Order: sequence, then C-alpha cells, then structure tokens
Amino acid sequence: MTAISRRDFLRTSVLSGAGLVIAFYVPVKARAAAPAHAKPPLLPNAFVRVAPDGSVTILLAHSEMGQGIWTTLAMLVAEELECDWAQVRVEHAPAAPVYAHTAMGIQMTGGSTTTWSEFDRYRTVGAMARDMLVRAAAQRWKVAPDRLRAERGHVIHGTRKASYGELAAAAEKLRAPKVVALKAEKDWKIIGKPMRRLDSPEKITGKARFGLDVTFPGLRTAVVARAPVFGAKVRSFDATEAQRRPGVERIVQVPSGVAVVAKDFWSAKRARDALHVDWDLGPGAVIDTDQLTTRYRELARAPGTDAETRGDCDAALAKAARRLDAEYAVPYLAHATMEPMNCTVKIDGDRCEIWTGTQFQTNDQASAARIAGVPVDHVSVHTMFLGGGFGRRATPTSDFVSEAVHVARAAGVPVKVVWTREDDMRGGYYRPLFVHRIEAGLGPDGLPIAWKHTIVGQSILGGTPFEAMVKNGIDETSVEGVVGSPYLAAVRARRITLHSPRNEVPVLWWRSVGNTHSAFAMECMIDELAHAAVQDPLRFRAAMLKQKPRHLHVLEVAAEKAGWGSPAPAGRARGLAVPESFGIRVHKVTCAVDCGLAVNPLGVEAQVQGAVAFGLGPVLHSEITLKEGRVQQGNYHEYEVLRLDEMPRVSVHIVPSTAKMGGIGEPATAPIAPAVANAVFALTGQRLRSLPLRLT
Amino acid sequence: MKLDVNGTMKEVDVPGDTPLLWVLRDVLGYTGVKFGCGMALCGACTVHLDGQAVRSCTLPVSAVGNRKVTTIEGLSADGSHPVQQAWAAIDVVQCGYCQSGQIMSAAALLARNPTPSDADIDAALAGNLCRCGTYQRIREAVHDAASRMKGASR
Repeated sequence: MTAISRRDFLRTSVLSGAGLVIAFYVPVKARAAAPAHAKPPLLPNAFVRVAPDGSVTILLAHSEMGQGIWTTLAMLVAEELECDWAQVRVEHAPAAPVYAHTAMGIQMTGGSTTTWSEFDRYRTVGAMARDMLVRAAAQRWKVAPDRLRAERGHVIHGTRKASYGELAAAAEKLRAPKVVALKAEKDWKIIGKPMRRLDSPEKITGKARFGLDVTFPGLRTAVVARAPVFGAKVRSFDATEAQRRPGVERIVQVPSGVAVVAKDFWSAKRARDALHVDWDLGPGAVIDTDQLTTRYRELARAPGTDAETRGDCDAALAKAARRLDAEYAVPYLAHATMEPMNCTVKIDGDRCEIWTGTQFQTNDQASAARIAGVPVDHVSVHTMFLGGGFGRRATPTSDFVSEAVHVARAAGVPVKVVWTREDDMRGGYYRPLFVHRIEAGLGPDGLPIAWKHTIVGQSILGGTPFEAMVKNGIDETSVEGVVGSPYLAAVRARRITLHSPRNEVPVLWWRSVGNTHSAFAMECMIDELAHAAVQDPLRFRAAMLKQKPRHLHVLEVAAEKAGWGSPAPAGRARGLAVPESFGIRVHKVTCAVDCGLAVNPLGVEAQVQGAVAFGLGPVLHSEITLKEGRVQQGNYHEYEVLRLDEMPRVSVHIVPSTAKMGGIGEPATAPIAPAVANAVFALTGQRLRSLPLRLT
Repeated sequence: MKLDVNGTMKEVDVPGDTPLLWVLRDVLGYTGVKFGCGMALCGACTVHLDGQAVRSCTLPVSAVGNRKVTTIEGLSADGSHPVQQAWAAIDVVQCGYCQSGQIMSAAALLARNPTPSDADIDAALAGNLCRCGTYQRIREAVHDAASRMKGASR
C-alpha cells in the first residue's frame, strides 16, 4: 500500500471574512478491505479496445457516480494512446479480479481514490495499446517501429498513414509489451487541461441508463415492506388484500421483509402499501435520538479508548493559563441520492446477473454468489450509471443487492427491486450521530499547550465483515481529522479517546466520512480559542501551522482570494453570512485547493462546488431523527437538502502544486460547516455547536 | 386512453389514477423521465404539458387529457435544443440523474421568460433538486441558453 503516502492532501476554504476555516483532509488508509493480493497481470484488452471503425472504448474499473472519472480516466488512456478524443467511448467494466483497485485490492469506488490510484495503470494501458498499434503498422510496412509515430488515431511513416481502426485486428494478435515508457509531463497534451465530460451527451438527452432504467422482457418490479424499526423481524403477514391488487404476481418473504412482485412499479407499490405485516420489533424500538445525544454527552465526560496520546494532558491542562471546554454534536444524515436504491437480478440455473449502480462490485458479487448459491465467477455485475453515490452504494453488507437476490430467488423470476424515496430515507446506512468534547488549555502566548478530546459515535466498520480493520478498539473513520490533525502536531500534551457505542441503526461512510464531524469540532474549537486569546483567527491558525508550509500556503491563498481583513459590505459579517429573519444564508465561499496535479481542472472545480453544496445541506437543514425507533423523516420536505436558491457563489482556486496527487471528490464537503458556524459567531456572537445550525 | 407524447399518439391501458411518470417510464419506455420522490418535491420527473413544466410523479394520467406531453426525449431528437447545448458547453452534469428534470424546467422557463435574472432562475428551478450540487453551473447554463436562443431568433 505504498500509495498511501500520496494521500495526504489538503484544502482550505474561507468564507470571505470572519468565517475562516482551514481543514486538512487526510483520509484513512483504506476504507475497504484490503486483503493481501497478488497484482493482477495488466491486460490492455481488459481496459482499452480499438474497433475496426477507429473508435476507442475504455473500460472503467470504477463507477461513475458524478465525480467525472468517465472523463478523467479516459484522458489518461488518450494521453498515451494518441487517439482522436472524438472517437473515445467509455463503458463500465464488468466485475472481475483484473479490475481490482490498485491500492485496495477489491473492485470499488470510494475515498476519493480513483484518479490517483489509476494514474499509472490507465496511462500504461494507453501506452501499451499504442505500442501494439505501432508495431502492427511496422509489420505491415516492413519498417522498424521506432521510425513511426502515432498521432490522433493514426500511425504515420513519412507520407504513409494508417488509422488505428485499420490496424486494430493485426495489433490484437501481437503480444502486449512488458515495459512501456510513459510520456514526460512536459509532453502532455490532455492531462492538466480542462476537458468537458464525455458522459454529457447521454445525460442531457435522457439516454444515460441508470439502475432504475434497466428493463428486459420478463422483468418484474418488486417493492418491499421493510421493518419500521431497525433490526425488526417479520412475525407474520397477511397478504390477502395486497394479492387482490391489479398487476400483482407474487408476494414473498425475504430476510428484510415482505416483497410484492408485480408487473410494474405502481402496481407493486400500491400492493405493498396494502400488506399487513406483524413485526417483532426488538431492541431497536426504543431508540430516540434526543436521548442518544444526551447519553453520548454523558459518555464524553469520561475518556474512552485511547486513539492518540502524548505527554500528560491532565497535568498540562491544570497548568494552562486559560482553559476552554466545548461540546459539538452532529446528527444522523442520509445520503439521499437522487436515484433511490434499486437492483435488478436474474437468476438462471447456476448463473446470476445483476444490474445496479454500485460502488462495491467485488463485495456485491460475493454476497450475491452466497445468497444465490452459485460460484462467484458465475455472478456477472453490470454497473449502471449511479444516480449519486456519496458512499451509500458501498455497503459492507451489500444491503440493496443482497435483498434483491433474495427476492429474485424466492420469486423465481427476474426482478428489479425499487425503493421509494421513503424506503430509501428510512433505510438506514446513515452518517453516524457524533458528539465531540474538547478541553483545551492555552499557554502564555495564547496558543494551545493541552488538548483533551473525547469522541463518541458508532463505528462504521464495527459489526460488519470489515470489523478486522478496527485496530485496538479504534475505527479510524471515527477519529480521522482529529488524530493526525496538523493543528495538533505542535500541541505538546494531547489525549484523544473514542467511545464506540453500538445500536441497531446501520451506519455508513457519507461523503468525507469522519471529517464531516471532526472538521466541525476542530475548526470551531480553534475559532473559539482564537477569540479567547483575542487573536485574529487567520493569524492564530497560521501560528498553529507554522511547521506546515503546504497547509499555510493554501490558507494564505484562500484568505487573499476571499479578501480576508478587508471591510465588508453593510449588513453582512465582513461580506459573508447574513442571518435573515428566519435563518442563515451563505452568500459566498472561497476555496483554495492543493490536490497535487489536477488532471482535469474543470472537473476539480465541479467537485469542489458540488461538495460545498452537499456539505451545506446539513449545515442549514438536514438531519435524521428517531423517536421510538422510527425515523421521523421520509421525503425531501422533512429531510431538506440544499436547493438552487440557497447555492452560494463558490470560487475555486487550484493552487499549482508538484505535491503528490490526492483526491477531490470529498474534501470540500467538511469545511463548510465550521466556516459557516464561525461566520455566524462573527456576525451574531452566537456560538452554535450543533448541526444543523439554528439561531436562537 | 390516448396520450400525445412527443408528438405521437399512444394508446395506454392503465388505471386512471396511475401517475403519468409511471405510464411514461414503465408502459411507454421513456426512461429519461426520472423517479426521485413521488411527491413533487425534487423535480426529477419534470415534463412539459403544453409547454408548461409539471411534475409527472403526482399527476394522474387521467388528468392529462388532450394536452401534449413532452419528455426529455422529445425536447430534441439529438440534444440540439439550446438548453441542452448550453448544458454541454458549461459542463453542468455530474451524476446526471436530475438533469432531465433540470433541463425541462429551464426550457419551460426560457420559453416564457427569454432573459431571466438570477432571481428568476432561482425561483423557477428551486423545485429541482441536485444532490451533486451542480447549481452554480445550472445558473450559468440557463444564462448561456438564453443568449443562444436570442442569437438564434435574430
């Protein structure tokens, strides 16, 4: 896993004016199981195909869920292949060992890892394919390959020219080269240029096929009555009324509930709503998020399992010139992807076919094989476009795939299981509810000398097939952003501990994972400390980061671009957040990012803008709450997300960087919450320590 | 019952209370029209009825009557509608799931207001959710489409 060292990257985001925040995003080493694995042989045919008509098809080992890798990975191949960009097509690869993530060892998409982890592999397959095409031309013309050059989909020798399409059949018969030389950075024509998305044409015409759009003769639609409370089991059910509804074909019990199989969605949904199911609710029926938060706050008063310690924290706190305590709380959050969960399954003898939008092919394939009782390599996975992922479609339990295989098996017909919005929102797999308690002591110069930090929240990995990744009681996804925070490097005495209480609510990674809560706690606390020390928040942060030049640089760029320190327009907190009569409005967000090489700057900008919007919903609105085990929100009127009229102007400044490449899908999500909270304090004097922010 | 979809008359045999969305998707195969919420809260299912943007997920098919239904598939045969062209030029889409609805809402807005302000765009498209957060480029693309349409009508 040498690639891990490349993963430290950073970003900073500033609301022009008082809501300054810098957030360092250092994702945990591996969010998916990374078993010891032999490197699969690199087969250029598995990744790139040149057809006789000259079209070049690139197979995507990862899933396109909006993050733009459909284009970015194609750019990497095209750079080396020297093909005509207009002839490039992209397809999702099937599930197969050859497409395993180069660092994680399984086929998956997540953790903002695709571009850096494929940077060498996709360029290499492009170069291999070019080498084979050039050698095919060399054989045809009986000249040495090194006298030929490749350019825009042709091999050229003097005045002779052959298209890749003409050479494809001959090239295919040649052996792939063992070693290829990759271009020097100065020779890049595509990498680093802003390139428009290759999936636009199908996505603006409605032709793009998502999981929900799958159809074929004989396919039925299923809608499932699932437990009203997490962990509940079916005791019995009465389908008499449901069975009578038009279009209904079968009603079957599966581990997650009772499935109605019908000719189409509307028939299945109406019959599902007419089912009477008697549930054995189990212990989940008492879960109440208000009580949970209270209990977490109590737990946070005593240290948990040690995640990081240095020096004698209690002694340093006792000696501190000034001491501050604060608690921060964040709720459960649903991913609420625009496309609700769905999965299509066809079982035929000892073969099982799956069509779905997934981030976790290897895992889903194995789960399906187990349930269908067929060998793993008899399960084919057709990855469709994902109507949003954000982590929800990478479940260790393969929840929505497993369920669909159960339904198909029980019903004996091919089925597409469709979740309604309410099914999806009440279906769990949330960002966990977390409480952070921080006690900090300031030294005589106003900078922290002691940092005692207790984190309370469910482990994402605990109780899943990936539990082995929890080391010494610490799930890294719970403490990331606190353990290893660049702010704490210079704090001599520190103790970070973790409580990981369990309950029935399934939890999962949610765009930016642990940083979604740790950045809120860290950046707000630092802002509180700066004000306690009567120092400018920007200068205070710079002083804490004086040994971190890369972090300092992005901080300075963001501050300068945002006009930090300049007078603000009347009525705004130095030009940034204006509370209106009923709430908070964010006008402008300035982000400086250092992600190493930006392969596609147009895509980087889109990801940062989108991540800010994704992060802003929970600042202003979103939360999942439970009463008596029931999720209180079912649709977008109860679980509000950011709408267009609330979208701030986000300006993105990509810092030129020679640092190792990072990822950009997630990092901009986390800093927006503390940035807004700190801005609200600057404007109103109200210190809001819970999300969503609510002015009193 | 008969439905005029994208200029073609279709005969459908469904209960009258079936939402137009599911008739379009499951019966007629217009899968460019998306299901997002089922409660007219997200706009993914937006189609035109006689040029007006409506949410097809809550509209009973029996209420359509003689009005002409236009889906994303009928906006243009090849993505050449100025709104679609602007969407491509500004590189709006990310996951793409909401974009059919966004484009249909934008096209209906521009048909009645050829030079919308940011506030007009916010008002017309606030009902179309995008979880990828493409909103900033959507605003830009609506302005871009407006200038394309102005250029074309000159």
